[in-house]
Amino acid sequence: MIVELGHYALVLALALALAGGTLPLWGALRNDTRLMAVASTTAVAQFILVALSFAALTYAYVVSDFSVLNVVQNSHSLKPMIYKISGVWGNHEGSMLLWVLILVLFGALVALFSANLPLRLKALVLSVQAWIGAAFLIFILISSNPFLRLHPVPFEGRDLNPLLQDVGLAIHPPLLYLGYVGCSISFAFAIAALIDGRIDAAWARWVRPWTLAAWGFLTLGIAMGSYWAYYELGWGGWWFWDPVENASFMPWLSATALLHSAIVMEKREALKIWTILLAILTFSLSLLGTFLVRSGVLTSVHAFATDPTRGIFILIILCIFIGGAFSLFAARAGTLSQGGLFAPISREGALVLNNLLLTAACATVLVGTLYPLALEALTGEKISVGAPFFDMTFGPMMVPLLIAVPFGPFLAWKRGDIVAAGQRLLFAFGAAMAVMILGLALMGTPAALALFGVALSVWLMVGSISEIAFRVKLGRASLAESWRRGAGLPRSAWGTAVAHFGVGVTVLGVVGATAWNSEEIATLKPGEAMSIGAYSVTMDGFVPLSASNYTGTAVRFTVREGGNVVATMEPEKRLYTVPNTPTTEAAIKTFGFSQLYVSLGDIGTDGATVVRIYWKTLVTLIWIGALIMTAGGALSLSDRRLRVGAPKPARRAVPVPAE
Amino acid sequence: MLLWIVMAVLTAAASLTVLIPLGRAPRVQTVASGGAARSIYRDQLDELARDRERGLIGDAEAEAARIEISRRLLNSEAGATTSSGTGSAYRIERLVAVIAVPLVAIGLYLFVGSPQLADVPIASRATEPAAEGSVDDLIAKVETHLAANPEDGRGWEILSPIYMRLGRFDDAVRALGNAKRLLGSTAERESLYGEALTRASGDVVTDEARAAFEKALKFDPQDIRSRFYLAYSLAQSGKKDEAISAWNALIDSAPTDAPWLGAARAELAKLQPTTTVPAEATVTPAAPGPTQADIAAAAEQTPAERQAMIEGMVGGLAARLDAEPADPQGWERLLRAYMVLGRTDEANAALARARTALKERPDLLTVVETAARDIGIGKD
Repeated sequence: MIVELGHYALVLALALALAGGTLPLWGALRNDTRLMAVASTTAVAQFILVALSFAALTYAYVVSDFSVLNVVQNSHSLKPMIYKISGVWGNHEGSMLLWVLILVLFGALVALFSANLPLRLKALVLSVQAWIGAAFLIFILISSNPFLRLHPVPFEGRDLNPLLQDVGLAIHPPLLYLGYVGCSISFAFAIAALIDGRIDAAWARWVRPWTLAAWGFLTLGIAMGSYWAYYELGWGGWWFWDPVENASFMPWLSATALLHSAIVMEKREALKIWTILLAILTFSLSLLGTFLVRSGVLTSVHAFATDPTRGIFILIILCIFIGGAFSLFAARAGTLSQGGLFAPISREGALVLNNLLLTAACATVLVGTLYPLALEALTGEKISVGAPFFDMTFGPMMVPLLIAVPFGPFLAWKRGDIVAAGQRLLFAFGAAMAVMILGLALMGTPAALALFGVALSVWLMVGSISEIAFRVKLGRASLAESWRRGAGLPRSAWGTAVAHFGVGVTVLGVVGATAWNSEEIATLKPGEAMSIGAYSVTMDGFVPLSASNYTGTAVRFTVREGGNVVATMEPEKRLYTVPNTPTTEAAIKTFGFSQLYVSLGDIGTDGATVVRIYWKTLVTLIWIGALIMTAGGALSLSDRRLRVGAPKPARRAVPVPAE
Repeated sequence: MLLWIVMAVLTAAASLTVLIPLGRAPRVQTVASGGAARSIYRDQLDELARDRERGLIGDAEAEAARIEISRRLLNSEAGATTSSGTGSAYRIERLVAVIAVPLVAIGLYLFVGSPQLADVPIASRATEPAAEGSVDDLIAKVETHLAANPEDGRGWEILSPIYMRLGRFDDAVRALGNAKRLLGSTAERESLYGEALTRASGDVVTDEARAAFEKALKFDPQDIRSRFYLAYSLAQSGKKDEAISAWNALIDSAPTDAPWLGAARAELAKLQPTTTVPAEATVTPAAPGPTQADIAAAAEQTPAERQAMIEGMVGGLAARLDAEPADPQGWERLLRAYMVLGRTDEANAALARARTALKERPDLLTVVETAARDIGIGKD
């Protein structure tokens, strides 16, 4: 009964989403407050119903109810409980249900915590949300229904892809979905503004926190996915420019741009139309990501679904929402009022530069991701656009952006002084140069490119500290005075500095792991040793493993540095018994910020084992940086004061229009 | 029935979420954007004054910002007029709530749902008879017999290994204790008793179990099971070196085809990594020896695992029949088992194998074919 009740709740949520999409929209057009008020109650009810439905599916997984097809396909009664639960969204149907759950959760949050949002804007936003929800609910019910039943009931389930039996899976998709779906709120606000034909201070005040939250979740989700691929797939790589990774990276780039332009919107009421366009673009890219991953267009570890009808279905949703949004944009954008004015060299100008570079980078990734697909569809020719393309295009575009980052916060609103900003950044510039020169002296010219990367990251990190140091008058006032000023700084200023610092940390990790990565492959027998960098790794022997759902073999290695044992590592080869699939588990040991990574290849009958060892310099900084960025976002999000961008008063220059 | 009642309640609640806001005027201050914008601009002016007091911005900037915000405040339009119909004006909208929402929901549900199917959690399936003459029935028969004749030592002895396989270790301890008491102590009975005690206590070799193993060794110093568990208990009590030498002695004295050899090596390897490659490393599934995990799994066997065990027995039967196919009753049992387990494909495959294997013995094959027809496979 519980399963069927969950199924019915889902259907009822669809019926309510249709009502909630239609009545408030009608009310907003007729200026009828009672009809507009329907939006909030139905939004909350949709959330309760979808949550019920999700709980029912989770129940079916927990009690291993094999009368549910989805449970049979993705679970097994012997699986550890945590993977039974994560199995709920570890498959196509369940993950789409999670997607909708998060969507309606956000809708309910808007409905409940927006007392100061104009009723009409709220009604329009919630009805757009309801339409998105309805589209995906129809998709779930028609082509990806997790509640399909089986009779007679099979005795056992077919387990879960062992690659996905991992804590990473339990966390990575929900985070990413929180990010993707969070973008739907900004999208709904953008569409609401276009329908309403007006966009004002309340709009900006609402869009920015939602974008910030979505961006934070996206950052965490992508970092998590990258770390998961790093330790689970056993290739030792952390980013592959895989189309599925790109699918999550594009919305991130565009959300980053949106985040920055929304600041301009909120503080200065400029860049309105551009911000709306970015909001539409960001959610479109999220939908595109969902389409690419879910349709089976791409084959990768993520493609649980390779059913063409689903692909076509998502494509239709994609066309309706993206096409509809852009048509609406084309028709209505001209009627929106223009915002504030600013000079090219100003905080706004810096943010425009940021936006241009980020969207250009995003477009590059889009081309690199879609071109091979389009080519294959048109000519049948299979090409792969891999790291070289992105290194040559994406990399050079990031360099000017990263160089420009520290300047931004030093420029005043409306009109800035680039020379003064440069003077304040002299220390950061000096630090970067010092690192570069010192590195060149020690390592010589071959390392120049890598050292440039390191200098860039130092520039970013010291630059972001300089901004805070300048604002608290560090060194120019007493320590107590600086402390007082630091505590008085708005948390959003701290958030900016922390997030920019995080970017620097990630850049350092990327440069380190790319330039000073070493890799050794050898065939070892027990007792033999190989060396990598300063470490010598000895193979001790085999250790048999067994757990409830797999058997396997670990190989024990002793790691020595200068004769002293510093670690023992046990990479594993597992054989999952139910789907009879072998997997490899790498062993990773962290030294400082760097990691030693050992992964097993084939094991011969005579004990000769293929061993791959990587030394990854500073690799953990990549993910630590992402965590710092997210922390910066959270700091900024916690600052709910009103944002006022005080313009620098004009002396003589005449500002130019923003758009 | 309960399902339909709960569904009706949910539907009514859903309709109410549309009806209630239609029935009362909303308590909102701001409907259109103008009013909200003005209050935000006023808040912005307050914020600006606070920032100025804290010295976050200079006087000139504050003044410029103040002028800018004030200009926006003046420009913000007055709120558009809104209407709100009286309670009776929403006839169509109410029809949507009361008729369309339930109609869409129920209609679509009847199309995609399966209201006639109940939940089937795996735990509820323990009571389902797994097969004709299932293990449970056999046990029940023997238990009834023993309740009437508690002094039948042979009966207890027959029952004890079945208890062990089903993971009913406490019952196994009781059965073996009775067998020992009635039939006398032997190396075999003492070591089995010790094993049952060990498993019953969650794979810990207790003092009582150790005493049983030691007693078994007095009858037969080479008793493998006792030596195995004693070595295991040494490792458990932290005597690593002694455990290693005990395992080595056990392995050295073993014939090369001893079925427990793999398990012993695995235990040894946990104490010291081996230089020989374990079977699992190079080939696909290894013969499952009683590894520690197996022992642990057996100790907390659920109906699901019992099911898995039954499937293991079926697999064993299939393997035996492939080796010695001249057993029509065996084939019949195998086919029936596959059908009961719902694995029609495998049943068909087994029938095909039987046909090939029994090509030379048409008399036996006829028996198998007849049985297959009864069971309902191989009609084509």
